[in-house]
Amino acid sequence: MEVISFVALAAGLIIGLGAIGACIGIGIMGSKYLESAARQPELMGELQTKMFLLAGLIDAAFIIGTGIALWFATANPFLGQIANLPK
Amino acid sequence: MAAASGNAPTAGEYIIHHLHHLQVGKGFWTFNLDSIFWSVAMGVLGCWFLWSVARRVQAGVPGRMQAAVEFLVEMVDTQAKGIVHNAHSRKMVAPLALTVFIWIFLMNAMDLLPVDLIPAIWHVAGPAIGAPDYMRVVPTADLSVTMALSVTVLLICIYYNIKIKGGGGWVHELISAPFGAKWYLAPFNLGMQLIEFVAKTVSHGMRLFGNMYAGELIFMLIALMGGAWFTSIGLPLALGHIIAGSAWAIFHILIITLQAFVFMMLTLVYVGQAHDAH
Repeated sequence: MEVISFVALAAGLIIGLGAIGACIGIGIMGSKYLESAARQPELMGELQTKMFLLAGLIDAAFIIGTGIALWFATANPFLGQIANLPK
Repeated sequence: MAAASGNAPTAGEYIIHHLHHLQVGKGFWTFNLDSIFWSVAMGVLGCWFLWSVARRVQAGVPGRMQAAVEFLVEMVDTQAKGIVHNAHSRKMVAPLALTVFIWIFLMNAMDLLPVDLIPAIWHVAGPAIGAPDYMRVVPTADLSVTMALSVTVLLICIYYNIKIKGGGGWVHELISAPFGAKWYLAPFNLGMQLIEFVAKTVSHGMRLFGNMYAGELIFMLIALMGGAWFTSIGLPLALGHIIAGSAWAIFHILIITLQAFVFMMLTLVYVGQAHDAH
């Protein structure tokens, strides 16, 4: 029972902490983009391409963590190891 | 969490059943037949679509399909010109980038089909031909497919490293960058370079996998909400499932395009790095 509760907590922490980092990062990058678009509107299109690219990169570690956490939550690999423990 | 035989699956069983691949073989030699089939099918679809537009190309006023494909090719060409500065390499790398973008976009777009549509068809057709009742339709939600794509990009980078810098030149760069050309820094340089190659390849593949796997799993969880139709809180859950499903599908359209674009840009950047001397 304890393994299940710890795995649930772990999944929540993985997703939550990852989300904090990713959202702060996107917020900072987005604000810089808006500032520079206001300063130089003619570069807006070019910078927007690079902004989307950066958004994909910033989200990467967070989404990998979310994938792993959802894998723990649904097809938990630790349960199989419990079954194999020597009595 | 097992249901008695003959009853409907529990929530956990439904999800686990939908996450299982159609596999043959054991251990290292396991082949995910569903991923192989759908990735080849999407490749054929993409090739056929581009060919069917290309053979009807007309100068003057283009049709809408031709304009769309021209826009796509021009976008990829602009990005390739900006990142890979070697015109001879671009003859291979720009079509590579276009292939990567369109193929990954089509494979990701399989995620927009309803979760149970193709698995329900397979539920009838598969056991009839003796195959197990598992079917996953999104090839890029399979770690083996995305890592295969990123490892292929790694092999192409190594090929261009050796071709542009020469075998000896590349080995010299491996042991002298980024810290300096001293003999006592060689192990640290080599270590950093190896870590850089491994990290780039792993993150390249896992970024796409994580996005598609998490997206598919959330679609399945939303489908579970719809499956609660006949319980006491069934009606609000079913309405919530329509709203949540629509919102997530619309957001996912952005995600699949963005992830295909990010994969393409990083392919160009990594191959471009193989051309630059440090």
